[in-house]
Amino acid sequence: MRSNLGFFSDEKFRSIFFQTLVVGLFALGLFFVISTTSYNLEKRNIATGWSFLQNPAGFDISFSPFLEFKSTDTHLKVYFVGVLNTLLVSVTGCIAATILGFILGIVRLSSNWLLSRLVYIYVEFSRNVPLLLQIILWYSILIQLPRVKQSLQVLDVFYISNRGLYSPRPIFESGFSYVLIAIVLALISSFLINRWAKKRQDETGQQFPVFSSSIGLIFIVPLILFFILGSPMSFEHPEMKGFNFKGGLVIRPEFIAMFLALSIYTAAFISEIVRAGIMSVSKGQREASAAIGLKQTWIMRLIIIPQALRVIVPPLTSQYLNLTKNSSLGIAVGYADLVHGFGGISLNQTGQAIECMAIVMATYLSISLTISFFMNIYNRSIQFKEK
Amino acid sequence: MNEMNEVRKPPVATTGFIGWLRINLFFNWTNSLITLFVIYCLYQFIPWILDWTIFSADFKYNYLGEQITNQEMCSRNLDPENGGACWAVIYVRFYQFIYGFYPKVEVWRVNIAYAMLALALLPLLYAKLPYRKYFLYFTYIFPVIAYFLLNGGLGFTEVSTNKWGGLLVTLVLGCTGIALAFPIGIMLALGRRSKLPVISMMCTLFIEFIRGVPLITLLFFGMVMLPLFLPEGIDMDGLVRVLVAVTLFQSAYMAEVIRGGLQAIPPGQYEAAKSLGMSYWRMNLLIILPQAIRISIPPIVNTSIGLFKDTTLVIIVGILDLLGIGRGTLADTNWLGLSYEIYFFVSLVFFIFTFGMSRYSLYLEKKLKTGINMGAD
Repeated sequence: MRSNLGFFSDEKFRSIFFQTLVVGLFALGLFFVISTTSYNLEKRNIATGWSFLQNPAGFDISFSPFLEFKSTDTHLKVYFVGVLNTLLVSVTGCIAATILGFILGIVRLSSNWLLSRLVYIYVEFSRNVPLLLQIILWYSILIQLPRVKQSLQVLDVFYISNRGLYSPRPIFESGFSYVLIAIVLALISSFLINRWAKKRQDETGQQFPVFSSSIGLIFIVPLILFFILGSPMSFEHPEMKGFNFKGGLVIRPEFIAMFLALSIYTAAFISEIVRAGIMSVSKGQREASAAIGLKQTWIMRLIIIPQALRVIVPPLTSQYLNLTKNSSLGIAVGYADLVHGFGGISLNQTGQAIECMAIVMATYLSISLTISFFMNIYNRSIQFKEK
Repeated sequence: MNEMNEVRKPPVATTGFIGWLRINLFFNWTNSLITLFVIYCLYQFIPWILDWTIFSADFKYNYLGEQITNQEMCSRNLDPENGGACWAVIYVRFYQFIYGFYPKVEVWRVNIAYAMLALALLPLLYAKLPYRKYFLYFTYIFPVIAYFLLNGGLGFTEVSTNKWGGLLVTLVLGCTGIALAFPIGIMLALGRRSKLPVISMMCTLFIEFIRGVPLITLLFFGMVMLPLFLPEGIDMDGLVRVLVAVTLFQSAYMAEVIRGGLQAIPPGQYEAAKSLGMSYWRMNLLIILPQAIRISIPPIVNTSIGLFKDTTLVIIVGILDLLGIGRGTLADTNWLGLSYEIYFFVSLVFFIFTFGMSRYSLYLEKKLKTGINMGAD
């Protein structure tokens, strides 16, 4: 089998040879692409560089809940609006998908045959139909809602029409900042109480009602402060003026369609992950905890869920990543996210495809890396610890 | 002792149909309440959906007995009280949904390609097929035949890809993407696990980059950036550009799945192969990969399902797949407002394919579990 090529059968030499070859070919390819690209760009009169970011965009963005956007604003601002919209739909979608997914995953394991079959049917339909189709379907349902003039009124303050959901906008008056400070302080102190209670339970075995005391701190204390300060918040109600509502908070159908489709689609996957996680905890654990007299809810909370989480979290992370990447499908219904606003309209207006796509891809990469970074920290905190 | 052997019937309350009902539906009063509530909801919902989709629906004729040629003739548009879904739109546009704008005289070629696809998939799906080896030869040459059959050449008239559409495009994208991504994915997975640091780093960077960005940005890359990278005179077809993007995307995911399989191979297999004097490629091709691929078939099928669903994204860059034809039909004034019927139909087609694939992957998983016990030796 051994060849007589001498030095070529030396493993070290071969390793260096092949790696140099690959790097050389790669560099050659890169050089070729760069030279043809610069030639093509010159020939088509496409500008290069980043100065286009400072040029006025010249188009309007219909949905920008965090930043005020005018058509005279720059492409850089289009980018920021896009990033914020992407993050908005991703974060709300992840939260809703997690809650729905956990509920469905637990219901799927219910001893009630009918209920578990029903969830099974939902999961199979939702997983096996393309997400893009679901987004478009939700959007087509939402825009078939009644017109603004005949909008449905819910609880006297919400108006639902084909232009979206109109709700009162809270206006914060001076003094509200104290309430915010109280909420932040309450969050910090309940976190500290949680740590102290855990430590005390580890040492002495005594339990402390962490949940109810945290709820009290976070909700009741700021609420009392709110009334002491004389309710420093009012609502601006949407009012019918001409053909549309003026004022108030508006949630566009594009956002609602994206939110519903993303969370319902991802919840189906999460529910399967949760089911597999719970099933991975051996039956003996449940029986043993029942034998020492724990209540059903305590068994779930103290014994099953903490062990199931170890199995659940890694695939859950990849679902969050998927949801964030899938939020780029907003372009199909005109949701002004990163891909639609900056990678779509700005790209078409400036023609600087390479720069725009590079920015969009880099942004998604950094969002993905950030999510995996934090989920990895969380994952490490719940894994088995050798003591 | 004799009376102990007397045959007793099983208790009615815990066995048989009534026992099953008791345990699964009416175990305690909350359970019974939930069951009754679900039954009530189903009782409200099922008759309504059956009525809408079947009993009051128009299939070809409306309730006056006329053949439907546009949305105004649908029963529910003639008389809102009378009529459910109007499936006539699917009936009228069925050709476009299945073949796109492929010329009618040449459509037999697509039909043959569909039949050949089924034949080519047969040996892959069914391992116990008699004469499987010869069927597999056909599977290997099928892509070449399909290319000439669909695109033209070798005596067939050329049919430009912008005339392709509907299910044809969905299947071409899905099958080509999966088939091309498989070998590339294997190379990437081997590269990532390679001991050569440069190669391993390059493969890792490529895989993580592709997996970190959404498919839609890669499709944009294929559509707007790829033409800039290529020298003048090389004009790539739109479908090919999309295929490049889809293949790159899928191969990164395939690589990770296969890497999972490679990691499950016990080191003893590598050591045994090396001690027999096998070279790197012989070891991988003959010993490692057959085992690694075998155990990663279920996740490979799962990523393939994902790709099949993701092919719908091509409508954003202007390629008319099944969903694209559906949207195009909706934009036609003749069929305005029939969105539920069209989306229902498109979902159903996708559901049949993806649900079939997922059942197949479950079947494989079960078969593999009872098969060879890996790593025990």
